[in-house]
Amino acid sequence: MNFFSIFGRYVILLSRVFAKPEKHKIYIQQTIKEIENLGFNSVGIVIIISIFIGAVITLQTRYNLESSWIPLYLIGLTARDTLLLEFSSTMVGLILAGKVGSNIASEIGTMRITEQIDALEMMGINSAGYLIMPKIIAAMVFNPFLTLISMFVGLIGGWFAVLLTGALPTSDYIFGIQYLFVPFYVTYALVKTVVYAFIITSVSAFYGYYVQGGALEVGRSSTRGVVYSSILILLADLVLTQLMLA
Amino acid sequence: MIRVEHLVKAFNETTVLEDVSVTFEKGKTNLIIGRSGSGKTVFMKCLVGLHEVDNGAIYYNDRNFVKMDFNERKQIRREIGMLFQGSALFDSLTVEENVMFPLNMFTNMSLHEKQERTNMCLSRVALTDSNKLYPGELSGGMKKRVAIARAIVENPRYLFCDEPNSGLDPKTALVIDDLISEITHEYDITTVINTHDMNSVMEIGEKVVFIHDGRKGWEGTREDILDSDDENLNDFVFASNLAKKIKEYSSAAAPKK
Repeated sequence: MNFFSIFGRYVILLSRVFAKPEKHKIYIQQTIKEIENLGFNSVGIVIIISIFIGAVITLQTRYNLESSWIPLYLIGLTARDTLLLEFSSTMVGLILAGKVGSNIASEIGTMRITEQIDALEMMGINSAGYLIMPKIIAAMVFNPFLTLISMFVGLIGGWFAVLLTGALPTSDYIFGIQYLFVPFYVTYALVKTVVYAFIITSVSAFYGYYVQGGALEVGRSSTRGVVYSSILILLADLVLTQLMLA
Repeated sequence: MIRVEHLVKAFNETTVLEDVSVTFEKGKTNLIIGRSGSGKTVFMKCLVGLHEVDNGAIYYNDRNFVKMDFNERKQIRREIGMLFQGSALFDSLTVEENVMFPLNMFTNMSLHEKQERTNMCLSRVALTDSNKLYPGELSGGMKKRVAIARAIVENPRYLFCDEPNSGLDPKTALVIDDLISEITHEYDITTVINTHDMNSVMEIGEKVVFIHDGRKGWEGTREDILDSDDENLNDFVFASNLAKKIKEYSSAAAPKK
């Protein structure tokens, strides 16, 4: 299938996803379930990764800025800006593409091959809307909180690294992470996160929804969902950075 | 009643169904039989709109399903119950939630009313103590029964069953067959069953349609099958040694003219 054909099917699927729900109450309940499933269940992995990456960024910056001409508080500033501008949005987005994206594609793909999606259609339910819309909304609502958690925990990880290794005085680190703070960087990261959340959920759901065959194809669709959403995240990163920071 | 007229369905260059016309009668168990790959599953999926037809018409009590848009079809689909080959129960929901699902989506019944209706349907299929179990905890026969309960929970006018006995032992298959037949007569609905199980045909086949190479090969009752001289039908029906022996026995036992 060529690019235009795939893109066309994706757009048609989205038009079905955002069609009027059969019953709003049920969709709201589903969205709350998905917030727990896709959002709350990802908090742990985001905290673990962010704390270590925050620590590593701080230590690497310290070892690369050996010059006595450079004030030590710049290490805190660099760690903060790296976390705010790129890591907490894009890197966490890529990690979630792997965790959440494969979960969505395999769940919907399995429902397709076991005829559960046909069963929904037979009941007169818009299966695309019922299965996909709550996931998209849940991720777009909750992922910004994951990004904020990642920023906060990443900075704490850097502080731990400084505390444990003595790479620089903690007062310099604390001063550095507050120095020349640009609030717009947080807005920029949150906007990126919302766009990534849409990409991860819709692209993975697309590959799961149109799967044909058996378990092998579900696995393949899951991989495709992760790969293509990761590529699209990087592309969106480039475009949004140019639009918002240039 | 469901009336099918000159149905044609092709996938790319391959014609799977060619000029199939048949009527499925109300209050009867109508069976579609045929070899694997003969087109009977595609035929059933066309009947319920899971495949779009290329030509022809499908009338549900004089309403042409083929010409309807998505929303019009929704109305018809609410009158349809369907039992899928693999049961198609929702893995994340309990037995009770599965059966209650259509009621949650389409009715404004109170929780008490929904539970009452759900329990009534579950007791109708003889599953009274499995409400809180998940599909993964059920046997194949129990899954089919839950799927039947879900199919009838909204009082359908039409019931479609795709290979209801696949993967079941002969005794459980018989139970499922009897259940479908009883429900058909009890609720006076139009039931269409897709099968290649000759036991089912002989047990509950009030009307039998034989699909051969995408065409209607034969049509009649279960009683007519044994006397049919249709070569393709005989090839299919008497493929097993057991069936051959039954035919020999019934021919020998029949009074000579």
